[in-house]
Amino acid sequence: MEAQTLSRDSILAAIRENLPKERVSRPGIPAFARQDQPIRQMFEEHLGKAGAAAHSIGSPAEAAAKLTAMFPEAKVVCSAVPEIAGTRRAADVQDPHALADVDVGVFRAQFGVVEGGAVWVTQEDLIVTALGFLSQHLVVLLDPNEIVSDMHQAYRRVRMHETAYGCFMAGPSATADIEATLVHGAQGARSLDVFFLRRV
Amino acid sequence: MSTNRPVEVATKAEQFIRQDDIHEPMHDRFLWATMQRRNAQAAALPEWEELRELASQIKEHALTHLDEYLTQFEANATQRGAQVHWARDGAEHNEIVYAILKAHGTTELIKSKSMLQEECVMTPYLERRGITVTESDLGERIQQLDGQPPSHIVFPAIHKTRKDVAQLFARTIGTDPNNDDPHVLTEAMRNNARPRFLAAGAGMTGANFAIAETGTFVVCTNEGNADIGAAVPPLHIASIGIEKILPRVEDLGVFLRLLARSGTGTPLTQYSSHFTGPRKGGELHIVLVDNGRSRRLGMADFWHSLKCIRCGACMNTCPVYRRGGGLAYGATYSGPIGVILDPTFNEYKYSELPFHSTLCGSCSAVCPVKIDISDQILKWRRVMASKSYLPLAKRLSFAVAGHVFAHPGEYHTLQKGAGPAIGHAPHFLLYNHTLNPWGREREIPKVAQQTFREWYLAHRRNNGSPDPQS
Repeated sequence: MEAQTLSRDSILAAIRENLPKERVSRPGIPAFARQDQPIRQMFEEHLGKAGAAAHSIGSPAEAAAKLTAMFPEAKVVCSAVPEIAGTRRAADVQDPHALADVDVGVFRAQFGVVEGGAVWVTQEDLIVTALGFLSQHLVVLLDPNEIVSDMHQAYRRVRMHETAYGCFMAGPSATADIEATLVHGAQGARSLDVFFLRRV
Repeated sequence: MSTNRPVEVATKAEQFIRQDDIHEPMHDRFLWATMQRRNAQAAALPEWEELRELASQIKEHALTHLDEYLTQFEANATQRGAQVHWARDGAEHNEIVYAILKAHGTTELIKSKSMLQEECVMTPYLERRGITVTESDLGERIQQLDGQPPSHIVFPAIHKTRKDVAQLFARTIGTDPNNDDPHVLTEAMRNNARPRFLAAGAGMTGANFAIAETGTFVVCTNEGNADIGAAVPPLHIASIGIEKILPRVEDLGVFLRLLARSGTGTPLTQYSSHFTGPRKGGELHIVLVDNGRSRRLGMADFWHSLKCIRCGACMNTCPVYRRGGGLAYGATYSGPIGVILDPTFNEYKYSELPFHSTLCGSCSAVCPVKIDISDQILKWRRVMASKSYLPLAKRLSFAVAGHVFAHPGEYHTLQKGAGPAIGHAPHFLLYNHTLNPWGREREIPKVAQQTFREWYLAHRRNNGSPDPQS
């Protein structure tokens, strides 16, 4: 601990000694003009480019039926939402390792961002964070009224002090590390589908 | 990497170019395609240039107030339950990481890509102490299995063909050597890595940004590998360079809009993950690392290099990097950003790097945080010259050039071809294939029949304009 205090103090002292003479002031971030209307259609378009897809869903029953139709082979459907029962409740999972066998993970995102087709999801939405990453496939519920235009607006909605983990998720896991060829399902989810369903 | 002889970057680049007629054209093509995607993304955003300027100013602000923001970050991260450590150099970073792992009895570590951990040469250090370290980023894992450092900061294995990877995987993880489909190879690695994620006692990440206001750090990946490493094992250790600090959450709006567009030509990475204290049921350690950064902050000509967000755009646009490949630099950081960062770690060893550039300026033009990369490359050449680190051929030719450019009369004489010098002496000095490896893959342009000066004078006289000399 003593050595640590020494390192901390010596780093900070070195920084203070070497600070550039000119103290640059912090610029304000302006509000940029928005042109992305209609917002939902643009969001779907960007989501598609990121390798995900969106579906309009009328009711929780329809959501469950849609999920079954999309993943007929799925044995383990782990759900963090009341709308879809699944075969396992995320709330019952204590250890993230227990999610290694999940075929489809289901959770609700707080809002979507047109730019990049991303959704904001937190530890509380996932219940167990690993649900978003160990599941082979993801189904994400999103209220179609909860979409913002860009990352500036997105960060105005994010409450960093309320969660230990939050993620802008833009489609499934992807890599282009072998000959720059795009492949989905590198380490995380192989697919991501957004179900537009109002929050109950 | 361990010797202190200057890296012979031109010779190593030549080896990459000459190995066959497949690797170099492929490398060039992929990176240029990435650059074109970046250009399309930049052109689609009317505020692109404004964002670059904002990002540059925010970084300069943060760096000129770095002591304040670092202590603010430390206080907020600690308050949220993270344990914050400080490391003066790579060795101290590695010791801290090992002490944490040892205290937890951890023998298996899964890590995502971190240039800082590369810089600290952490993996060999931990492996010598009995820790099994697995890279989880696909490109980084390929490089680890091949015993090579990453050749690109975003695409670590971009210099390899699919055949190279198929053969490597056949050798190391038992796949079919004849199946080089990237989908199959990626799937094979996914299945190989999954048990390692589940068995690991700790996950390590780097960080793209650290937010003073909240004690948050942000990790951007496309594979989601950093998130698995942070979400599954009970222990998460993040290595963060002290220059990664941003003042506020709202600043992230600017930087996330720039990062992936500049790096891969996509609006965002697939995952932009925000860690603020340990996750439910987990433990989080943050190691803040200096390793030469505070010293660099005091270098008037070079401190702007600390603004770098490691997007790789300068590498993708660089005509020299695209042809010669990243391994030629023999350093943690390659490409134009490497040319200006590496000498701050070891001037002598990386004294050849500043000459591995055409000074075309494209790197500066695409840098999302407006680092004056090409100007710094030129300034590093001056440093190397002042320390007499220049190789003999460059010293001789620069001496001739310096004399000639200092005496305009002789320059005009040379240009007109009145003397044999341009035809013979400078060619011998500049493009002698033994003295200067640069000449081997290129040729000096032919001297024009009429010089620009002659053309200009004649043209202006014809128009009755005053002689510019008068």
